[in-house]
Amino acid sequence: MPKTMLDKIWDAHVVHRDEGRPDLLYIDLHLLHEVTSAQAFEGLRLAGRPVRRPELCVATVDHNVPTTDRSLPILDDMARLQIEALRKNAAEAGVELFDVDSPHQGIVHVIGPEMGFTQPGMTIVCGDSHTSTHGAFGALAMGIGTSQVEHVLATQCLPRTRPKSMDIRVNGDLPPGVTAKDLILGIIAQIGVAGGTGYVLEYTGAAVHQLSMEGRMTVCNMSIEAGARAGMIAPDETTFAYLKGRPRAPQGEAFETAVAQWRELATDEGATFDETVEIDASVLEPWVTWGTNPGMSIPVTGTIPGPDSGASSDDQEAMQRALEYMDLTPGTPLKEVSIDRVFLGSCTNARIDDLRAAASVLQGRRVHDDVRAMVVPGSASVKKTAEEEGLDRVFLDAGFEWREAGCSMCLGMNPDILDPGERCASTSNRNFEGRQGRGGRTHLVSPEMAAAAAVAGHFVDVRDWS
Amino acid sequence: MESFTTHTGLVGALDRVDVDTDQIIPKQFLKRIERTGYGQFLFNDWRTLPDGAPNPDFALNHPEYSGASVLVAGRNFGCGSSREHAPWALSEYGFRAIIAPSFADIFRTNCFQNGLLPVQLTADQVGHVMATALSGGGYMVTVDLEEQRVSDDSGWHAEFAVDSFRRHCLLNGLDDIALTLQVSDRIQAFEDRRGQAGG
Repeated sequence: MPKTMLDKIWDAHVVHRDEGRPDLLYIDLHLLHEVTSAQAFEGLRLAGRPVRRPELCVATVDHNVPTTDRSLPILDDMARLQIEALRKNAAEAGVELFDVDSPHQGIVHVIGPEMGFTQPGMTIVCGDSHTSTHGAFGALAMGIGTSQVEHVLATQCLPRTRPKSMDIRVNGDLPPGVTAKDLILGIIAQIGVAGGTGYVLEYTGAAVHQLSMEGRMTVCNMSIEAGARAGMIAPDETTFAYLKGRPRAPQGEAFETAVAQWRELATDEGATFDETVEIDASVLEPWVTWGTNPGMSIPVTGTIPGPDSGASSDDQEAMQRALEYMDLTPGTPLKEVSIDRVFLGSCTNARIDDLRAAASVLQGRRVHDDVRAMVVPGSASVKKTAEEEGLDRVFLDAGFEWREAGCSMCLGMNPDILDPGERCASTSNRNFEGRQGRGGRTHLVSPEMAAAAAVAGHFVDVRDWS
Repeated sequence: MESFTTHTGLVGALDRVDVDTDQIIPKQFLKRIERTGYGQFLFNDWRTLPDGAPNPDFALNHPEYSGASVLVAGRNFGCGSSREHAPWALSEYGFRAIIAPSFADIFRTNCFQNGLLPVQLTADQVGHVMATALSGGGYMVTVDLEEQRVSDDSGWHAEFAVDSFRRHCLLNGLDDIALTLQVSDRIQAFEDRRGQAGG
């Protein structure tokens, strides 16, 4: 019987199946960071349970690390304690940690793929909702809470009921100047912020397979913003080429053997999904969120919608609240909305391709006098590569700040936050109230659109610049 | 894990859809390394004004909801981040159950792990609970997990579905890690099979 990629990966990982209980799934890779792991390790200690397979765990510090000079001490005592707790826990359990001073430190969802830890066919978990990123390689990657982090540490397994499958079939080609970020924002606008709840999304269609790995990660990363715990894309030549030679990927002959297995993962012809959604890529434009969740978005050529366009009274009230929070007036052309800040970073859009794309827009241009802009590379390795390519000079010459790697202002747990009322064009994934700082106003955009807005001081259609 | 069988309590109404975990417990409070200490920061940026004083306009600050232990809210409650700090904060604040037309997936799982019962009712049923709670306060409901039923003393009631395994764990306060460890031999066998296959 033809099977979906989800079914193939799922069935290959069922350790135990009991009537009336969730399947017990084996977990191949467990990623850890400082914010959601301390209580899990403490739980193990209290119960006297060891970490079952420390060699299948990888840890880094990303959420609350400062992005300024790494040789200076961390001034926030609580952040420092949390980082120290991870150091202690990783050392005691024998878990590999990419610490602040490591050349491989970075956002957990950036370093997993770039080190080659993330591989097709794997089950991957992390105490972080953007774990869905790793599905770009044809893995089943899911965000979990701290209790389940503890569960996986103790057992290397996770009890899970098989989710439903949804085919997000992307038809047509992305027009020039329209990016992976615009594609996923367009998908979320179509299916809604809860449209994927209970599903694993598989993105299919030629336009998806034309994306780079970085683009695919951007798409899968934001699956959770559509409510789906996981998103995935079948591995192909682009995937294999990306992984070849990565330090933790199989090497030499083992790599060729692995590729042969990975080729078998794609959803079989004739397999049925529980749900299919069709997306027309050819009509997409650069996309910008105007409201306080990732589904509240419009094309850059659009105008701020009025609450009366909401589908229900609930939606209308939510839109009204969002308009007030964002201090926007219905009918205003988006291109007339001025910004104060630009954040180029996060597990969504801080990989080398993202930085290259933004730098190509900035070449020979200057950030607007009223805008403060920063680049926070996704990892120390991304930063190094960018510097080797001279991208740091492009950003610095344009007036951007060039920072150390971390989650930074995507969620503002470290000192990088918006002031109340500040409006930010951000390449991150969530525009929730206060996400980037209490009272801050976030508009999600692609790296190209963020760079263009930094220069203009307001949103612009980056396609007009090429 | 704390068990849940039945609970009768005052309903607090939060008439908003898509309440995300960044609102439930804002990120500035995620730096603790304990499971406790979050209740006082529940909905912090909504509950307090920028100067730290209570926001009189925020529903849960209204005196009629003081002591509420059942929260009723709009669809897709708990969307966003996987932070388990969200159910920790809700529980510590005093909530034992949340009634909504739908929940975000990771949040729902996290609630079950912490003895906080997510009760999914139809939009109409939630509308009834919401409207009654909003109409003056003092509205009490009983959430019965054994019977899978929400009821009030006027005779209104609604049945809800819940995953049978989760229900079993919650009713008995079971530690699901211990349940998994009961099949350690299966895990070992799986690992042995894989080792032989070279994977």
